[in-house]
Amino acid sequence: MSARGTGAPRGAAKLLAVHWPLVLLLSAVAGMGFMMLYSVAGGSLDPWARAQMIRFALGLCVMLVIAMIDIRFWKLVSPLAYLGSFALLLYVEAAGHVGMGAQRWINLGFIVLQPSEMMKISLVMVLAAYYARLDPGKVSRPLWMVPPLALILAPVALVMTQPDLGTSIMLLAGGAAVMFLAGVSIWYFATAAAAAAGLVTLVLRSRGTDWQLLRDYQFNRIDTFLDPGRDPLGTGYHITQAKIALGSGGLAGRGFMQGTQSRLNFLPEKHTDFIFTTLAEEFGFLGTLALLILFTLVILFCVQSAIANRDRFGALLTGGIGATFFLFFAVNMAMVMGLMPVVGVPLPLVSYGGSAMLVLLAAFGLAQSAHVHRPRERG
Amino acid sequence: MSAAPPPRITRRALMLLGVQLGVVGVLGWRMRDLQVRQHEHYAMLADENRINLRLIPPARGTITDRAGVPLAINRRNYRVSLVREQAGDPPAILDRLGRIIPIDAETRERALREIATHSAFVPVVIAEHLTWEDVARISANAPVLPGVVAEVGLSRSYPLGRDTGHVVGYVGPVSESDLAKIEDPDPVLRIPRFQIGKTGVEQRMEDTLRGEAGTLRIEVSAAGRVMRELGRAEGTPGQDVALTLDEGLQSYAMRRMEGESAAAAVIDVTNGDIVALASAPGFDPNSFVFGIGVAEWNSLLEDEYRPLAAKTVAGAYPPGSTFKPVVALAALAAGTIAPGDRVHCAGFTQLGNRRFHCWKHGGHGSVDLRKSLSQSCDCYYYEVARRTGADAIAAMARRLGLGYRHDLPLPAVTAGLMPDRAWKAETRKESWTVGDSFNYGIGQGYTLASPLQLAVMAARVATGTEVAPRLVRAIGGVDLPFEPPKSLGLDPRHLEAVRNGMFAVSNEGTAYRSRIADPAMLMAGKTGTSQVRVITAAERARGVTKNEQLPWNRRDHALFIAFAPYDKPRYAIAQIVEHGGGGSAVAAPIARDILLYALCGGEPPLEAYPPEQRKSIGEQRARMPAAEAAPPAAGTRDRA
Repeated sequence: MSARGTGAPRGAAKLLAVHWPLVLLLSAVAGMGFMMLYSVAGGSLDPWARAQMIRFALGLCVMLVIAMIDIRFWKLVSPLAYLGSFALLLYVEAAGHVGMGAQRWINLGFIVLQPSEMMKISLVMVLAAYYARLDPGKVSRPLWMVPPLALILAPVALVMTQPDLGTSIMLLAGGAAVMFLAGVSIWYFATAAAAAAGLVTLVLRSRGTDWQLLRDYQFNRIDTFLDPGRDPLGTGYHITQAKIALGSGGLAGRGFMQGTQSRLNFLPEKHTDFIFTTLAEEFGFLGTLALLILFTLVILFCVQSAIANRDRFGALLTGGIGATFFLFFAVNMAMVMGLMPVVGVPLPLVSYGGSAMLVLLAAFGLAQSAHVHRPRERG
Repeated sequence: MSAAPPPRITRRALMLLGVQLGVVGVLGWRMRDLQVRQHEHYAMLADENRINLRLIPPARGTITDRAGVPLAINRRNYRVSLVREQAGDPPAILDRLGRIIPIDAETRERALREIATHSAFVPVVIAEHLTWEDVARISANAPVLPGVVAEVGLSRSYPLGRDTGHVVGYVGPVSESDLAKIEDPDPVLRIPRFQIGKTGVEQRMEDTLRGEAGTLRIEVSAAGRVMRELGRAEGTPGQDVALTLDEGLQSYAMRRMEGESAAAAVIDVTNGDIVALASAPGFDPNSFVFGIGVAEWNSLLEDEYRPLAAKTVAGAYPPGSTFKPVVALAALAAGTIAPGDRVHCAGFTQLGNRRFHCWKHGGHGSVDLRKSLSQSCDCYYYEVARRTGADAIAAMARRLGLGYRHDLPLPAVTAGLMPDRAWKAETRKESWTVGDSFNYGIGQGYTLASPLQLAVMAARVATGTEVAPRLVRAIGGVDLPFEPPKSLGLDPRHLEAVRNGMFAVSNEGTAYRSRIADPAMLMAGKTGTSQVRVITAAERARGVTKNEQLPWNRRDHALFIAFAPYDKPRYAIAQIVEHGGGGSAVAAPIARDILLYALCGGEPPLEAYPPEQRKSIGEQRARMPAAEAAPPAAGTRDRA
């Protein structure tokens, strides 16, 4: 099939074909982030809000540039993107061993790149490309299951050793989402779920033995998650204080810049992973619900666009990106609200941080590209 | 275009969306649960996080004498602290500060250690009890002393020092053992370095003096930094206490007893006010406020004159012959003797194979009540006590204020001991003997009384009323209610007979040398010399050893009780000089001088003294230590 004949817009018309409501949606989410960063800095653009705005503007440009480039190009470079990300992961892993502690980023001067963030998108890309090429009738054949599983597990294994539980989970779940969208038999997922349950049991059992499968601090986080009151000033402090901030917000919140938990520094990581709590404290249930609705609209767009897209790569990519975005906010919110252990996942587009924001906006650029260059019915 | 279009992912995408929306639903439900349903719970926790209650220590009530002369006051106490985050380089700042006020190596080390362990914004105290001049110099150098803050607090000061130390007591920081003793301690006691009364009135009237703490509601950050004040509720300062003491008389009594181990209690017989309660030697309560040095503490403990003991109320001594008026009144009340009845004194009384001696070798011959008191004849009282019996004597003693604890706001007020048959049967498992009665008759044996009790006894004999001693005149500026003392119900003729005998003591008998010459202030008294050792028959045979030849702590106690003026009693006094020798020679002159001072309201004119003594009294006054002029200097440095 020839894409040339699909009637995709050309030139400046492409800009009009961009899904602008999504851009608006993302800007609204980022706007809430700017507000919160301004508030946690005590009513100041510095040190966080200004830098975040600049990054967002830059990210929007990157998104639009990516959106303008033909989706087939992205399909073509998907394996390269994956290999590049993997190489960088290997590099920081090696450098981390050489240098001090767990360094998970590369400083490019103007921006700090986290290869694990790039991998989240590259993995979706490479899997989408793989399944776009694969005969749909073969997706559930065991042999054809091997490459995607290898593509997923290789970076997961690397990230696990960093160790970064949050990213591992995200990679696993993101990869699984693409496989699910591609039509891999439900039974595989059922089996994997059963195996995961078995693995969790095994991991918990391994505690205190010679073959302990997680680090002590990771076990502590699990303990603390199960019972935050156990150690209110130690590991449980984050969760306890986060819940207090959330709950004290009430229906309408204490008001902009009035959050005592964040202003008085009771909240750790108040500008990064736990920024949601400041929002909750200052804008209450109405504020958090608004953000949740914005997030939900973003995934709804992705699903709608994926369903509408007859190009299999574009559809899988858009669906996978939507799933990754969903994982970001769902894991972050669940963790902050005490529904799952603290694993260190930022709130997408809201938490302070360049790497995640740029990578996410680039990913939406890919989704936009798929949207702009989708095959169109001819009259 | 021949190949069928690849299958759409619609079904799977919708399934995935379903899962995602399900999770979103859970998240939303959880948000509502935390933020709406449990809002109040978490809002309360958030306030608990940020709002701290701090206590504002109340200003302690002052203690004054009866006329308002301050005995315990709150003095401004200047101290300097260092705040690390403003100081930058604490050692360098300390070096500079050390050139202005002395900072020893130990203090410096402690301060640096505290600075390192506290948060950067916590002020660490460097030096306390600075003078205003020190603070002024530090303030002048403020630009080169960043982070150095001068603060003013209140610390307790006792302007009269050792003169009132035993009565007023002193304060000190709350100790763990103090807290353990108090049930449900006032939270104010947990304030670091909060001071409470440790002894004396300071201790026993703690609740009155302390007041109620105020509270300060402050907002703190997670690190404990104070962000702002949310509200303040002022506390109630402690109430001022006015004692019945007369500062001038108290100080005079202390000076008059200088060099002795002695005690004097002076009571206003008209209302029971204790106008002097002096125990020598004294101690300076100011030494205790900031923590007493080891050397000073040891010297106080090792001094055999026991400066720390409040001998006036806590010292129990055999009253000796000062007890004879009690025995006389008991006998008169019991009808076992009449004022005119005569008893023969041969110098001793034989009881079985034991001889009970009179102090006067060779005896007094025929003795009636008046002579028995004026000459302090022992044989008369052996006989009278034998006839009257222990129980009647003990009963009379209690009516006169002996043998039980008077209710005074002082620690360790002794009950003394007025033995009776039941007491001996219970504690000694022996029955009362006639010999016990003999000893009782002359205030020896088991008999014990404090100077305060003896003063009360003298006051009750003087007035015939139940004079009750009191030490507190007013609380918070309001005079305590006063009820005129009730009559003791004794036969006025009996009282008159005993008073007449006591008049004879001072104006004819054993205390003649220590009389008051001014006819308007004539004194009635009773001497006493109480043995603290047993004189054996062998010793008596070779001649009783003279007091001067005995080691100090085995010599007799010298006692004297008196009231004056005789015809219209105003003050009663009990005086003891520990191991001073004879009551007439040692205790009576001191008591006379103190009583005269009380009666004259100051240094008495020499005309009040017997003519032949005026010259020596004048010389004695010149020798006496001068009244302390000024209270001790404000800023004694920290002795940590």
